[in-house]
Amino acid sequence: MIDSFIPLIYLAAAISFILALMWLSAVATARRGVIIGVAGMALAVCGTLLKPEIVSYRWIAIAFVAGTAIGVPMAMMPMTAVPQRTALSHAFGALAAGLVGTAEYYLRTPNLDRFTMGALSLEVLLGFLTFTASLMAFGKLQEILPTRPITYRHQNVLNLSLLGLAAGAGAYLTARPEATWLFPVFGALALVFGVLLIVPIGGADMPTVISLLNSYAGLAAAAMGFVLNNKLLIIAGALDGSSGFILSVIMCRAMNRSFTNVLFGAFGQVQAGAAAGEEQRTVRSATPDEAAGILQAASLVIVVPGYGMAVAQAQHKVREMYDVLTKAGVEVKFAIHPVAGRMPGHMNVLLAEADIPYDKLMEMDDVNSEFPQADVALVIGANDVTNPAARHDRGSPIYGMPILDVDKARTVMVIKRSMNPGFAGIDNELYYMDRTLMVFGDAKGVVGNIVKELGGRP
Amino acid sequence: MSTDLELGLYVFVLATFLGFQVIRRVSPLLHTPLMSLTNAISAIAVVGSILVAGEQKTTLSTVLGTLAVTCSMINIVGGYLITYRMLRMFRKSGKGKS
Repeated sequence: MIDSFIPLIYLAAAISFILALMWLSAVATARRGVIIGVAGMALAVCGTLLKPEIVSYRWIAIAFVAGTAIGVPMAMMPMTAVPQRTALSHAFGALAAGLVGTAEYYLRTPNLDRFTMGALSLEVLLGFLTFTASLMAFGKLQEILPTRPITYRHQNVLNLSLLGLAAGAGAYLTARPEATWLFPVFGALALVFGVLLIVPIGGADMPTVISLLNSYAGLAAAAMGFVLNNKLLIIAGALDGSSGFILSVIMCRAMNRSFTNVLFGAFGQVQAGAAAGEEQRTVRSATPDEAAGILQAASLVIVVPGYGMAVAQAQHKVREMYDVLTKAGVEVKFAIHPVAGRMPGHMNVLLAEADIPYDKLMEMDDVNSEFPQADVALVIGANDVTNPAARHDRGSPIYGMPILDVDKARTVMVIKRSMNPGFAGIDNELYYMDRTLMVFGDAKGVVGNIVKELGGRP
Repeated sequence: MSTDLELGLYVFVLATFLGFQVIRRVSPLLHTPLMSLTNAISAIAVVGSILVAGEQKTTLSTVLGTLAVTCSMINIVGGYLITYRMLRMFRKSGKGKS
Protein backbone atom coordinates (compact mmCIF):
# COMPACT_ATOMS: atom_id res chain seq x y z
CA MET A 1 0.00 0.00 0.00
CA ILE A 2 2.34 2.63 1.32
CA ASP A 3 4.97 1.83 -1.25
CA SER A 4 2.79 3.22 -4.02
CA PHE A 5 3.50 6.65 -2.51
CA ILE A 6 7.27 6.19 -2.61
CA PRO A 7 7.65 7.79 -6.06
CA LEU A 8 5.86 10.88 -4.72
CA ILE A 9 8.17 10.98 -1.70
CA TYR A 10 11.14 10.83 -4.09
CA LEU A 11 9.66 13.63 -6.16
CA ALA A 12 9.32 15.79 -3.05
CA ALA A 13 12.96 15.01 -2.19
CA ALA A 14 14.09 16.07 -5.68
CA ILE A 15 12.20 19.37 -5.36
CA SER A 16 13.81 19.95 -1.95
CA PHE A 17 17.30 19.51 -3.39
CA ILE A 18 16.62 22.00 -6.18
CA LEU A 19 15.23 24.52 -3.68
CA ALA A 20 18.24 23.94 -1.43
CA LEU A 21 20.63 24.94 -4.22
CA MET A 22 18.45 27.89 -5.26
CA TRP A 23 18.41 29.25 -1.73
CA LEU A 24 22.14 28.78 -1.36
CA SER A 25 22.72 31.54 -3.94
CA ALA A 26 22.60 34.29 -1.30
CA VAL A 27 23.79 34.42 2.30
CA ALA A 28 20.40 35.63 3.53
CA THR A 29 18.58 32.47 2.39
CA ALA A 30 21.45 29.98 2.47
CA ARG A 31 20.71 28.47 5.87
CA ARG A 32 17.13 27.84 4.81
CA GLY A 33 18.66 26.01 1.85
CA VAL A 34 20.57 23.64 4.13
CA ILE A 35 17.44 22.89 6.15
CA ILE A 36 15.35 22.04 3.09
CA GLY A 37 18.27 19.94 1.86
CA VAL A 38 18.22 17.95 5.08
CA ALA A 39 14.46 17.54 4.74
CA GLY A 40 14.90 16.26 1.19
CA MET A 41 17.47 13.72 2.31
CA ALA A 42 15.27 12.59 5.20
CA LEU A 43 12.40 12.05 2.77
CA ALA A 44 14.63 10.07 0.42
CA VAL A 45 15.97 7.86 3.23
CA CYS A 46 12.53 7.24 4.79
CA GLY A 47 10.99 6.57 1.40
CA THR A 48 13.66 3.98 0.68
CA LEU A 49 13.31 2.32 4.09
CA LEU A 50 9.60 1.79 3.33
CA LYS A 51 10.37 -0.29 0.26
CA PRO A 52 9.08 -3.84 0.53
CA GLU A 53 12.30 -5.29 -0.90
CA ILE A 54 14.08 -4.56 2.35
CA VAL A 55 13.96 -7.66 4.48
CA SER A 56 16.20 -6.67 7.36
CA TYR A 57 17.10 -3.35 8.94
CA ARG A 58 19.90 -4.65 11.11
CA TRP A 59 22.89 -3.81 8.91
CA ILE A 60 21.30 -0.57 7.75
CA ALA A 61 20.92 0.54 11.37
CA ILE A 62 24.51 -0.40 12.19
CA ALA A 63 25.74 1.52 9.14
CA PHE A 64 23.65 4.55 10.11
CA VAL A 65 25.24 4.61 13.55
CA ALA A 66 28.76 4.07 12.20
CA GLY A 67 28.32 6.74 9.51
CA THR A 68 26.99 9.26 12.00
CA ALA A 69 29.84 8.49 14.41
CA ILE A 70 32.37 9.30 11.68
CA GLY A 71 30.37 12.08 10.03
CA VAL A 72 29.93 14.29 13.10
CA PRO A 73 33.68 14.68 13.88
CA MET A 74 34.28 15.30 10.17
CA ALA A 75 31.86 18.21 10.35
CA MET A 76 33.67 19.69 13.35
CA MET A 77 37.05 20.07 11.64
CA PRO A 78 38.53 23.57 11.70
CA MET A 79 37.95 25.74 8.62
CA THR A 80 41.63 25.59 7.65
CA ALA A 81 41.14 21.84 7.09
CA VAL A 82 38.07 22.24 4.88
CA PRO A 83 39.85 21.42 1.58
CA GLN A 84 41.15 18.11 2.99
CA ARG A 85 37.79 17.33 4.49
CA THR A 86 36.05 18.01 1.20
CA ALA A 87 38.45 15.73 -0.66
CA LEU A 88 37.82 12.99 1.89
CA SER A 89 34.06 13.29 1.57
CA HIS A 90 34.32 13.11 -2.23
CA ALA A 91 36.17 9.84 -1.63
CA PHE A 92 33.39 8.46 0.58
CA GLY A 93 30.66 9.50 -1.84
CA ALA A 94 32.43 7.97 -4.81
CA LEU A 95 33.24 4.77 -2.90
CA ALA A 96 29.57 4.31 -2.02
CA ALA A 97 28.66 4.54 -5.72
CA GLY A 98 31.43 2.14 -6.72
CA LEU A 99 30.47 -0.41 -4.05
CA VAL A 100 26.78 -0.35 -4.94
CA GLY A 101 27.72 -0.77 -8.60
CA THR A 102 29.89 -3.78 -7.74
CA ALA A 103 27.14 -5.35 -5.62
CA GLU A 104 24.55 -4.81 -8.35
CA TYR A 105 26.84 -6.39 -10.91
CA TYR A 106 27.28 -9.60 -8.95
CA LEU A 107 23.60 -9.73 -7.99
CA ARG A 108 22.23 -9.34 -11.47
CA THR A 109 25.07 -10.60 -13.60
CA PRO A 110 23.50 -13.04 -16.04
CA ASN A 111 20.39 -10.92 -16.46
CA LEU A 112 21.92 -7.54 -17.18
CA ASP A 113 20.81 -5.85 -20.35
CA ARG A 114 23.39 -3.85 -22.27
CA PHE A 115 22.05 -0.49 -21.36
CA THR A 116 22.01 -1.18 -17.62
CA MET A 117 25.49 -2.67 -17.87
CA GLY A 118 26.73 0.44 -19.68
CA ALA A 119 25.44 2.68 -16.91
CA LEU A 120 26.85 0.29 -14.33
CA SER A 121 30.29 0.37 -15.94
CA LEU A 122 30.22 4.15 -15.89
CA GLU A 123 29.15 4.13 -12.25
CA VAL A 124 31.94 1.76 -11.22
CA LEU A 125 34.57 3.53 -13.33
CA LEU A 126 33.72 7.01 -12.02
CA GLY A 127 33.15 5.74 -8.49
CA PHE A 128 36.44 3.92 -8.11
CA LEU A 129 38.64 6.42 -9.94
CA THR A 130 37.15 9.30 -7.97
CA PHE A 131 37.64 7.34 -4.76
CA THR A 132 41.41 6.90 -5.13
CA ALA A 133 41.86 10.30 -6.81
CA SER A 134 40.13 12.00 -3.88
CA LEU A 135 42.22 10.06 -1.38
CA MET A 136 45.35 11.21 -3.21
CA ALA A 137 44.07 14.79 -3.19
CA PHE A 138 43.40 14.41 0.52
CA GLY A 139 46.96 13.15 1.06
CA LYS A 140 48.42 16.09 -0.82
CA LEU A 141 46.25 18.67 0.96
CA GLN A 142 47.00 17.13 4.34
CA GLU A 143 50.66 17.09 3.28
CA ILE A 144 51.01 13.39 3.96
CA LEU A 145 52.11 13.24 0.32
CA PRO A 146 54.44 15.74 -1.37
CA THR A 147 52.40 18.68 -2.64
CA ARG A 148 54.62 19.44 -5.59
CA PRO A 149 53.63 17.72 -8.82
CA ILE A 150 55.46 14.47 -9.45
CA THR A 151 56.32 13.84 -13.06
CA TYR A 152 58.17 11.14 -14.92
CA ARG A 153 58.81 10.22 -18.51
CA HIS A 154 55.83 9.17 -20.61
CA GLN A 155 53.51 10.00 -17.74
CA ASN A 156 50.68 11.27 -19.92
CA VAL A 157 51.03 8.37 -22.34
CA LEU A 158 50.86 5.91 -19.45
CA ASN A 159 47.86 7.64 -17.86
CA LEU A 160 45.92 7.89 -21.08
CA SER A 161 46.60 4.29 -22.06
CA LEU A 162 45.48 3.17 -18.62
CA LEU A 163 42.27 5.17 -18.99
CA GLY A 164 41.89 3.68 -22.46
CA LEU A 165 42.30 0.17 -21.05
CA ALA A 166 39.75 0.85 -18.32
CA ALA A 167 37.29 2.29 -20.83
CA GLY A 168 37.91 -0.69 -23.12
CA ALA A 169 37.23 -3.13 -20.29
CA GLY A 170 34.05 -1.20 -19.47
CA ALA A 171 32.96 -1.34 -23.10
CA TYR A 172 33.69 -5.08 -23.31
CA LEU A 173 31.67 -5.70 -20.14
CA THR A 174 28.83 -3.67 -21.60
CA ALA A 175 28.82 -5.88 -24.67
CA ARG A 176 29.31 -9.10 -22.64
CA PRO A 177 28.12 -8.60 -19.06
CA GLU A 178 28.72 -12.32 -18.39
CA ALA A 179 32.51 -11.87 -18.55
CA THR A 180 32.78 -11.91 -14.76
CA TRP A 181 36.57 -12.46 -14.84
CA LEU A 182 36.99 -9.01 -16.33
CA PHE A 183 35.03 -7.11 -13.70
CA PRO A 184 37.72 -7.13 -10.95
CA VAL A 185 40.32 -6.12 -13.54
CA PHE A 186 38.07 -3.28 -14.61
CA GLY A 187 37.64 -2.08 -11.03
CA ALA A 188 41.37 -2.29 -10.36
CA LEU A 189 42.19 -0.30 -13.50
CA ALA A 190 39.82 2.45 -12.36
CA LEU A 191 41.41 2.51 -8.90
CA VAL A 192 44.95 2.72 -10.28
CA PHE A 193 44.01 5.39 -12.81
CA GLY A 194 42.59 7.53 -10.00
CA VAL A 195 45.94 7.45 -8.21
CA LEU A 196 48.00 8.24 -11.30
CA LEU A 197 45.65 11.07 -12.28
CA ILE A 198 46.51 13.06 -9.17
CA VAL A 199 50.26 12.29 -8.98
CA PRO A 200 51.22 15.12 -11.39
CA ILE A 201 48.82 17.65 -9.83
CA GLY A 202 50.32 20.41 -7.68
CA GLY A 203 48.76 22.21 -4.74
CA ALA A 204 47.96 25.35 -6.74
CA ASP A 205 45.70 23.32 -9.03
CA MET A 206 43.75 21.74 -6.20
CA PRO A 207 40.78 24.16 -6.49
CA THR A 208 40.14 22.93 -10.04
CA VAL A 209 40.80 19.28 -9.29
CA ILE A 210 38.66 19.19 -6.18
CA SER A 211 35.78 20.73 -8.17
CA LEU A 212 36.25 18.19 -10.91
CA LEU A 213 36.16 15.32 -8.39
CA ASN A 214 32.99 16.84 -6.94
CA SER A 215 31.51 16.64 -10.42
CA TYR A 216 32.62 13.00 -10.94
CA ALA A 217 31.14 11.91 -7.61
CA GLY A 218 27.83 13.43 -8.70
CA LEU A 219 27.95 11.78 -12.10
CA ALA A 220 28.65 8.41 -10.46
CA ALA A 221 25.46 8.87 -8.42
CA ALA A 222 23.55 9.81 -11.58
CA ALA A 223 24.87 6.67 -13.31
CA MET A 224 23.60 4.67 -10.32
CA GLY A 225 20.23 6.28 -10.97
CA PHE A 226 20.25 4.83 -14.50
CA VAL A 227 21.18 1.38 -13.17
CA LEU A 228 18.39 1.40 -10.58
CA ASN A 229 16.03 3.36 -12.83
CA ASN A 230 15.61 5.91 -10.06
CA LYS A 231 14.92 9.47 -11.21
CA LEU A 232 15.75 11.01 -7.83
CA LEU A 233 19.31 9.70 -8.06
CA ILE A 234 19.59 10.98 -11.62
CA ILE A 235 18.41 14.47 -10.64
CA ALA A 236 20.56 14.78 -7.51
CA GLY A 237 23.59 13.37 -9.33
CA ALA A 238 23.09 15.71 -12.28
CA LEU A 239 22.81 18.73 -9.95
CA ASP A 240 26.03 17.75 -8.21
CA GLY A 241 27.73 17.00 -11.51
CA SER A 242 26.83 20.36 -13.02
CA SER A 243 27.81 22.19 -9.85
CA GLY A 244 31.26 20.65 -9.76
CA PHE A 245 31.67 21.26 -13.47
CA ILE A 246 30.75 24.95 -13.21
CA LEU A 247 33.14 25.42 -10.29
CA SER A 248 36.00 23.80 -12.15
CA VAL A 249 35.32 25.98 -15.22
CA ILE A 250 35.37 29.08 -12.98
CA MET A 251 38.67 27.92 -11.45
CA CYS A 252 40.22 27.21 -14.85
CA ARG A 253 39.18 30.63 -16.12
CA ALA A 254 40.62 32.28 -13.04
CA MET A 255 43.97 30.73 -13.94
CA ASN A 256 43.63 31.20 -17.69
CA ARG A 257 44.17 27.50 -18.23
CA SER A 258 42.35 24.65 -19.89
CA PHE A 259 41.19 21.40 -18.32
CA THR A 260 43.80 19.44 -20.23
CA ASN A 261 46.47 21.79 -19.03
CA VAL A 262 45.39 21.40 -15.40
CA LEU A 263 45.16 17.61 -15.61
CA PHE A 264 48.21 16.92 -17.70
CA GLY A 265 50.29 20.08 -17.47
CA ALA A 266 51.97 19.43 -14.10
CA PHE A 267 51.86 23.14 -13.30
CA GLY A 268 54.04 24.24 -10.44
CA GLN A 269 57.24 22.39 -11.18
CA VAL A 270 60.28 24.35 -10.22
CA GLN A 271 61.12 26.50 -13.21
CA ALA A 272 64.86 25.96 -13.03
CA GLY A 273 66.88 28.72 -14.57
CA ALA A 274 63.97 31.07 -15.09
CA ALA A 275 64.67 33.05 -11.97
CA ALA A 276 68.43 32.75 -12.14
CA GLY A 277 70.52 35.79 -12.98
CA GLU A 278 68.04 38.22 -11.51
CA GLU A 279 69.15 37.94 -7.93
CA GLN A 280 70.82 41.34 -7.89
CA ARG A 281 67.48 43.11 -7.89
CA THR A 282 66.87 44.90 -4.64
CA VAL A 283 63.83 44.88 -2.45
CA ARG A 284 62.81 47.35 0.24
CA SER A 285 61.92 45.79 3.51
CA ALA A 286 60.07 47.23 6.46
CA THR A 287 59.51 46.31 10.08
CA PRO A 288 56.02 45.67 11.51
CA ASP A 289 56.43 48.97 13.35
CA GLU A 290 56.90 50.91 10.09
CA ALA A 291 54.08 48.95 8.46
CA ALA A 292 51.75 49.88 11.32
CA GLY A 293 52.56 53.56 10.86
CA ILE A 294 51.70 53.45 7.16
CA LEU A 295 48.50 51.51 7.77
CA GLN A 296 47.37 53.98 10.43
CA ALA A 297 47.83 56.92 8.07
CA ALA A 298 45.83 55.26 5.28
CA SER A 299 42.19 55.84 4.53
CA LEU A 300 41.60 52.73 2.40
CA VAL A 301 43.46 49.47 2.95
CA ILE A 302 42.82 46.44 0.76
CA VAL A 303 43.98 43.15 2.22
CA VAL A 304 44.84 40.38 -0.23
CA PRO A 305 44.83 37.03 1.56
CA GLY A 306 46.25 33.85 0.08
CA TYR A 307 47.03 30.28 0.98
CA GLY A 308 49.96 31.48 3.12
CA MET A 309 47.48 33.11 5.49
CA ALA A 310 45.69 29.79 5.89
CA VAL A 311 48.94 27.90 6.48
CA ALA A 312 50.07 30.37 9.13
CA GLN A 313 46.56 30.36 10.69
CA ALA A 314 46.78 34.13 10.64
CA GLN A 315 43.09 34.84 10.00
CA HIS A 316 42.27 35.68 13.62
CA LYS A 317 45.19 38.11 13.88
CA VAL A 318 43.99 39.64 10.60
CA ARG A 319 40.59 40.14 12.20
CA GLU A 320 42.22 41.93 15.16
CA MET A 321 44.03 44.19 12.73
CA TYR A 322 40.77 44.79 10.90
CA ASP A 323 39.08 45.75 14.19
CA VAL A 324 41.81 48.17 15.27
CA LEU A 325 42.06 49.85 11.87
CA THR A 326 38.29 50.12 11.48
CA LYS A 327 38.05 51.69 14.91
CA ALA A 328 40.74 54.18 13.89
CA GLY A 329 38.61 55.20 10.92
CA VAL A 330 40.52 53.29 8.24
CA GLU A 331 38.37 51.52 5.70
CA VAL A 332 39.51 47.92 5.30
CA LYS A 333 38.40 45.64 2.47
CA PHE A 334 39.45 42.18 1.41
CA ALA A 335 40.20 41.22 -2.17
CA ILE A 336 39.52 37.56 -2.86
CA HIS A 337 40.95 35.93 -5.97
CA PRO A 338 38.82 32.98 -7.16
CA VAL A 339 41.71 30.53 -6.84
CA ALA A 340 43.16 31.88 -3.59
CA GLY A 341 43.62 28.92 -1.26
CA ARG A 342 43.12 25.27 -1.99
CA MET A 343 39.44 25.10 -2.91
CA PRO A 344 36.79 27.43 -4.31
CA GLY A 345 35.77 29.98 -1.67
CA HIS A 346 38.45 28.83 0.80
CA MET A 347 39.46 32.37 1.86
CA ASN A 348 35.86 33.43 2.39
CA VAL A 349 35.09 30.72 4.93
CA LEU A 350 38.38 31.33 6.74
CA LEU A 351 37.73 35.05 7.08
CA ALA A 352 34.08 34.48 7.96
CA GLU A 353 35.22 32.07 10.66
CA ALA A 354 37.46 34.82 12.03
CA ASP A 355 34.32 36.98 12.22
CA ILE A 356 35.09 39.38 9.40
CA PRO A 357 31.80 40.63 7.91
CA TYR A 358 31.16 39.12 4.50
CA ASP A 359 30.24 42.45 2.91
CA LYS A 360 33.92 43.37 3.27
CA LEU A 361 35.00 40.37 1.18
CA MET A 362 35.15 41.48 -2.43
CA GLU A 363 35.42 39.54 -5.66
CA MET A 364 38.24 40.20 -8.08
CA ASP A 365 36.15 41.99 -10.72
CA ASP A 366 34.59 44.34 -8.18
CA VAL A 367 37.71 45.18 -6.25
CA ASN A 368 40.18 45.73 -9.08
CA SER A 369 38.77 49.19 -9.87
CA GLU A 370 39.41 50.17 -6.25
CA PHE A 371 43.14 49.47 -6.07
CA PRO A 372 44.14 52.86 -7.63
CA GLN A 373 42.29 54.60 -4.78
CA ALA A 374 43.79 52.37 -2.11
CA ASP A 375 46.53 53.80 0.06
CA VAL A 376 47.81 50.38 0.98
CA ALA A 377 47.41 46.97 -0.59
CA LEU A 378 48.43 44.47 2.06
CA VAL A 379 49.32 41.07 0.60
CA ILE A 380 49.27 38.27 3.16
CA GLY A 381 50.46 34.92 1.91
CA ALA A 382 49.35 35.44 -1.70
CA ASN A 383 51.80 35.40 -4.57
CA ASP A 384 51.01 34.40 -8.14
CA VAL A 385 47.56 36.03 -8.10
CA THR A 386 49.26 39.40 -7.56
CA ASN A 387 52.06 39.07 -10.13
CA PRO A 388 51.85 41.90 -12.69
CA ALA A 389 53.81 39.70 -15.12
CA ALA A 390 50.50 37.95 -15.84
CA ARG A 391 49.38 41.16 -17.57
CA HIS A 392 52.35 41.97 -19.78
CA ASP A 393 55.06 39.28 -19.80
CA ARG A 394 54.22 36.93 -22.64
CA GLY A 395 57.03 34.62 -21.58
CA SER A 396 55.66 34.08 -18.09
CA PRO A 397 53.92 30.77 -17.37
CA ILE A 398 51.08 32.70 -15.78
CA TYR A 399 50.67 35.16 -18.68
CA GLY A 400 47.00 35.92 -19.26
CA MET A 401 45.84 34.83 -15.84
CA PRO A 402 43.45 37.41 -14.36
CA ILE A 403 45.15 38.96 -11.34
CA LEU A 404 44.37 41.38 -8.55
CA ASP A 405 45.77 44.78 -9.56
CA VAL A 406 47.69 45.15 -6.33
CA ASP A 407 50.50 47.07 -8.03
CA LYS A 408 48.16 50.00 -8.68
CA ALA A 409 47.83 50.84 -5.01
CA ARG A 410 49.85 53.76 -3.65
CA THR A 411 51.83 51.50 -1.35
CA VAL A 412 52.09 47.74 -1.60
CA MET A 413 52.99 45.80 1.51
CA VAL A 414 53.82 42.12 1.26
CA ILE A 415 54.02 39.87 4.28
CA LYS A 416 56.14 36.93 3.28
CA ARG A 417 58.31 34.37 4.98
CA SER A 418 61.29 34.86 2.66
CA MET A 419 62.11 35.74 -0.91
CA ASN A 420 61.50 32.17 -2.10
CA PRO A 421 59.32 32.16 -5.20
CA GLY A 422 55.72 31.04 -4.84
CA PHE A 423 54.08 27.80 -5.69
CA ALA A 424 54.40 28.11 -9.42
CA GLY A 425 58.11 28.76 -8.93
CA ILE A 426 57.78 32.11 -10.67
CA ASP A 427 59.54 35.21 -9.43
CA ASN A 428 57.07 38.01 -8.63
CA GLU A 429 58.13 41.39 -10.00
CA LEU A 430 55.72 43.05 -7.60
CA TYR A 431 58.35 42.62 -4.88
CA TYR A 432 60.91 44.73 -6.73
CA MET A 433 58.72 47.78 -7.30
CA ASP A 434 59.66 51.09 -5.70
CA ARG A 435 56.30 51.29 -3.98
CA THR A 436 56.57 47.84 -2.48
CA LEU A 437 57.60 47.16 1.08
CA MET A 438 58.41 43.62 2.10
CA VAL A 439 57.66 42.67 5.69
CA PHE A 440 59.47 39.40 6.27
CA GLY A 441 58.29 36.83 8.75
CA ASP A 442 55.53 34.40 9.62
CA ALA A 443 52.15 35.91 8.67
CA LYS A 444 50.62 35.30 12.09
CA GLY A 445 53.60 36.79 13.94
CA VAL A 446 53.92 39.80 11.65
CA VAL A 447 50.24 40.68 11.73
CA GLY A 448 50.26 40.17 15.50
CA ASN A 449 53.14 42.63 15.82
CA ILE A 450 51.39 45.13 13.56
CA VAL A 451 48.32 44.90 15.80
CA LYS A 452 50.52 45.48 18.84
CA GLU A 453 52.09 48.55 17.25
CA LEU A 454 48.67 49.84 16.30
CA GLY A 455 47.85 49.83 19.99
CA GLY A 456 45.39 46.99 19.90
CA ARG A 457 45.26 43.99 22.13
CA PRO A 458 48.66 42.32 22.51
CA MET B 1 15.90 2.47 -26.94
CA SER B 2 13.80 1.53 -23.94
CA THR B 3 11.34 4.03 -22.48
CA ASP B 4 13.20 3.95 -19.16
CA LEU B 5 16.43 4.97 -20.79
CA GLU B 6 14.77 7.65 -22.85
CA LEU B 7 13.00 9.09 -19.81
CA GLY B 8 16.16 8.83 -17.72
CA LEU B 9 18.16 10.73 -20.31
CA TYR B 10 15.52 13.48 -20.49
CA VAL B 11 15.56 13.80 -16.71
CA PHE B 12 19.38 13.86 -16.65
CA VAL B 13 19.74 16.50 -19.36
CA LEU B 14 17.03 18.75 -17.92
CA ALA B 15 18.42 18.44 -14.37
CA THR B 16 21.90 19.30 -15.67
CA PHE B 17 20.59 22.43 -17.39
CA LEU B 18 18.67 23.38 -14.27
CA GLY B 19 21.84 22.80 -12.25
CA PHE B 20 23.83 25.11 -14.52
CA GLN B 21 21.23 27.86 -14.19
CA VAL B 22 20.91 27.54 -10.43
CA ILE B 23 24.60 27.12 -9.60
CA ARG B 24 25.69 30.00 -11.82
CA ARG B 25 23.83 32.37 -9.55
CA VAL B 26 25.60 31.22 -6.39
CA SER B 27 27.88 33.97 -5.12
CA PRO B 28 31.62 33.08 -5.12
CA LEU B 29 31.48 34.01 -1.46
CA LEU B 30 29.60 30.76 -0.88
CA HIS B 31 31.53 28.42 -3.16
CA THR B 32 32.91 26.34 -0.28
CA PRO B 33 29.49 25.81 1.36
CA LEU B 34 28.12 25.08 -2.13
CA MET B 35 30.61 22.28 -2.55
CA SER B 36 29.91 20.78 0.86
CA LEU B 37 26.15 21.01 0.25
CA THR B 38 26.31 19.36 -3.19
CA ASN B 39 28.54 16.75 -1.61
CA ALA B 40 25.85 16.02 0.95
CA ILE B 41 23.20 15.94 -1.78
CA SER B 42 25.22 13.49 -3.88
CA ALA B 43 25.13 11.20 -0.85
CA ILE B 44 21.71 10.38 -2.33
CA ALA B 45 23.62 7.25 -3.30
CA VAL B 46 22.32 6.18 0.11
CA VAL B 47 19.10 5.14 -1.66
CA GLY B 48 20.86 2.49 -3.71
CA SER B 49 23.06 1.53 -0.76
CA ILE B 50 20.10 0.93 1.56
CA LEU B 51 18.44 -1.30 -1.01
CA VAL B 52 21.55 -3.42 -1.50
CA ALA B 53 22.18 -3.67 2.26
CA GLY B 54 18.55 -4.37 3.14
CA GLU B 55 17.71 -6.93 0.47
CA GLN B 56 20.32 -9.29 1.94
CA LYS B 57 20.50 -11.41 -1.19
CA THR B 58 24.11 -12.55 -0.83
CA THR B 59 26.75 -12.04 1.85
CA LEU B 60 28.88 -10.08 -0.60
CA SER B 61 26.10 -7.68 -1.51
CA THR B 62 25.13 -7.18 2.15
CA VAL B 63 28.73 -6.37 3.10
CA LEU B 64 29.22 -3.99 0.17
CA GLY B 65 25.82 -2.41 0.80
CA THR B 66 26.52 -1.87 4.50
CA LEU B 67 29.85 -0.23 3.69
CA ALA B 68 28.14 1.95 1.11
CA VAL B 69 25.42 3.02 3.57
CA THR B 70 28.16 3.93 6.07
CA CYS B 71 30.03 6.02 3.48
CA SER B 72 26.85 7.78 2.38
CA MET B 73 25.79 8.43 5.95
CA ILE B 74 29.18 10.03 6.70
CA ASN B 75 28.57 12.47 3.87
CA ILE B 76 24.96 13.16 4.76
CA VAL B 77 25.67 13.91 8.43
CA GLY B 78 29.08 15.51 7.88
CA GLY B 79 28.09 17.44 4.76
CA TYR B 80 24.94 19.10 6.06
CA LEU B 81 26.42 19.82 9.48
CA ILE B 82 29.56 21.50 8.19
CA THR B 83 27.60 23.50 5.61
CA TYR B 84 25.34 24.79 8.34
CA ARG B 85 28.35 25.54 10.55
CA MET B 86 30.03 27.50 7.77
CA LEU B 87 26.93 29.50 6.93
CA ARG B 88 26.48 30.49 10.55
CA MET B 89 29.88 32.18 10.39
CA PHE B 90 28.87 34.58 7.64
CA ARG B 91 27.61 37.83 9.11
CA LYS B 92 27.22 41.38 7.85
CA SER B 93 29.13 44.26 9.42
CA GLY B 94 27.51 45.75 12.48
CA LYS B 95 25.60 42.58 13.20
CA GLY B 96 26.02 39.68 15.58
CA LYS B 97 28.86 39.09 18.00
CA SER B 98 31.99 41.22 17.89
